[in-house]
Amino acid sequence: MSADGGTVAAASSLRADLQLVAAMIPNGSRVLDVGCGEGELLAHLARSKGVDARGMELSQSGVNACVRHGLSVIQGDADHDLQDYPSASFDYVVLSQTLQATYRPRLVLENLVRIGRRAIVSFPNFGHWRMRLGLMLDGRMPRTPFLAYSWYDTPNIHFCTVMDFVALCDDLDVTVERSLTLDRHGRPFRLNPRAGLANLLAEQALFLLRRDRTS
Amino acid sequence: MSLTSPTIDFSSPQERHDRLTVAEPLALDCGVSLPSYIVAYRTYGALNAARSNAVLVCHALSGDQYAGPETHPVTGKTGWWTTVIGPGKVLDTERYFIVCANVLGGCMGSTGPMEVNPATGKPWGLTFPVITIADMVRAQVKLIDHLGIDTLFCVIGGSMGAMQVLEWTASYPNRVFSAVPIAGAARHSAQNIAFHEVGRQAIMADPDWNNGDYYASGRGPERGLSVARMAAHITYLSEQALHRKFGRNLQDRRKVTYGFDADFQVESYLRHQGNIFVERFDANSYLYITRACDYFDLAAEHGGSLASALRDTKARFCLISFTSDWLYPTPESKAIVHALNAVTANVSFVEIATDKGHDAFLLDEPEFFATLRGFLDGCARHRGLAVP
Repeated sequence: MSADGGTVAAASSLRADLQLVAAMIPNGSRVLDVGCGEGELLAHLARSKGVDARGMELSQSGVNACVRHGLSVIQGDADHDLQDYPSASFDYVVLSQTLQATYRPRLVLENLVRIGRRAIVSFPNFGHWRMRLGLMLDGRMPRTPFLAYSWYDTPNIHFCTVMDFVALCDDLDVTVERSLTLDRHGRPFRLNPRAGLANLLAEQALFLLRRDRTS
Repeated sequence: MSLTSPTIDFSSPQERHDRLTVAEPLALDCGVSLPSYIVAYRTYGALNAARSNAVLVCHALSGDQYAGPETHPVTGKTGWWTTVIGPGKVLDTERYFIVCANVLGGCMGSTGPMEVNPATGKPWGLTFPVITIADMVRAQVKLIDHLGIDTLFCVIGGSMGAMQVLEWTASYPNRVFSAVPIAGAARHSAQNIAFHEVGRQAIMADPDWNNGDYYASGRGPERGLSVARMAAHITYLSEQALHRKFGRNLQDRRKVTYGFDADFQVESYLRHQGNIFVERFDANSYLYITRACDYFDLAAEHGGSLASALRDTKARFCLISFTSDWLYPTPESKAIVHALNAVTANVSFVEIATDKGHDAFLLDEPEFFATLRGFLDGCARHRGLAVP
């Protein structure tokens, strides 16, 4: 994560889960990264895959860092600023570790699969055993190394489990093309996300989605 | 796109501005046609062989073509945007060919109310037709044609300059590679029109204005124009900036005088701003240019939809606003961003945190410069220009 003046993270230092996201995106695609931070993924995609990379980011410092590095990024948030984009205007729309921080995750998810021919969504799994154990044994809201916020200062207001997310996709007629369950460091497990074990062991999950259009 | 018979008039000894005389009519939005007209302009740097490095800088209401690092022939001061234009600066005169034209209706050599109407041999005054932002851009297009430039690498400007940038991208979508509207809006708000009206009424209330016919009298409406400038200048700053600069400090005195002298530093400052403005600006030009801003409504020109106005643009956009700008606040820029998203244009948008108000784009704002530099370098790479 480079701050001002530095260079955008090189591919090798790209966060592990973002490397998995990048691997799902073919060369030359048009990509919108919602919540793009300081543009690590976008810079990587633009440089190594010739992607037409656009971003949206809530924090002003993140936006400014991106534009300083020549990336096309606007300030905005997933809850309010996705509705302006026309349907199928991007090949891929990425929402990485942000869904749980949105006010209306269901609407956000619908917008992602509307704007993108495909959507790539990753999120922390609240069904992980540490969460369950923390609440059961301590009787306190769970805190883990991966989600270290206290209940009163967390930006994460809409937690879900892997199974919850799959159920929402079913509800919205969103097709899961691929799914990966990951540990805290972004290393994948080989587990079916519909299986209870994945919901217990995965600290985060990564989905490749699409919604087939009738018209 | 070619001119019938363009001539550059550098010859006249009393004429100190570089001027292009366009000897063909200009059909204005108001329905009147100017039979011929003059565009006064300045250039900095050199056009490359591929003619791909030209940047058009659009000036604001009270600006002119002297934007770069040189001495202004009237004020004796340096150009108005030397924070940005110059060797090694964001608009690097060693990389880019920078063009800045005095707007139509202006008073620094371009055709406007203080220039002589060729048909009568007298200054136009109020017989000058009312012009629009689109008219200003139409005149600039002829200059760009004349300079042999097909596609501008960048069109950039703040405030009224931003309006011209937007007009360029809407009306000449294939001729703009990148566009930077700074501290601007796609339409003038009621508040902005209101402030302009105060300025115009101050000018018109001055007996020396004489219905715009004052050029022969040797005495113009300097008091009115000065008041207009003072009122406008407040809108270019912010409450915090005024407080930081002046507070309630007294001017060269230890106590208030119980009179109407400029007791406070802020009064003295505003009076000074008004006084220096009248030395370089024509009151009638001020009326015409403020009117052009008021009439600007890019969506209305295109059936009420801003997205429709920008539908054909190929430009890479970077919109910039400033947190303390209450004249052209951030939501105005965001409305443009939303319209550009709706047509899937390539757009960046940055809001710069500053307490310097609307005028921040003219001042030393490192974050603003870094944003501009990053955006322009990215565009230069896409344009095939060398990036240091």
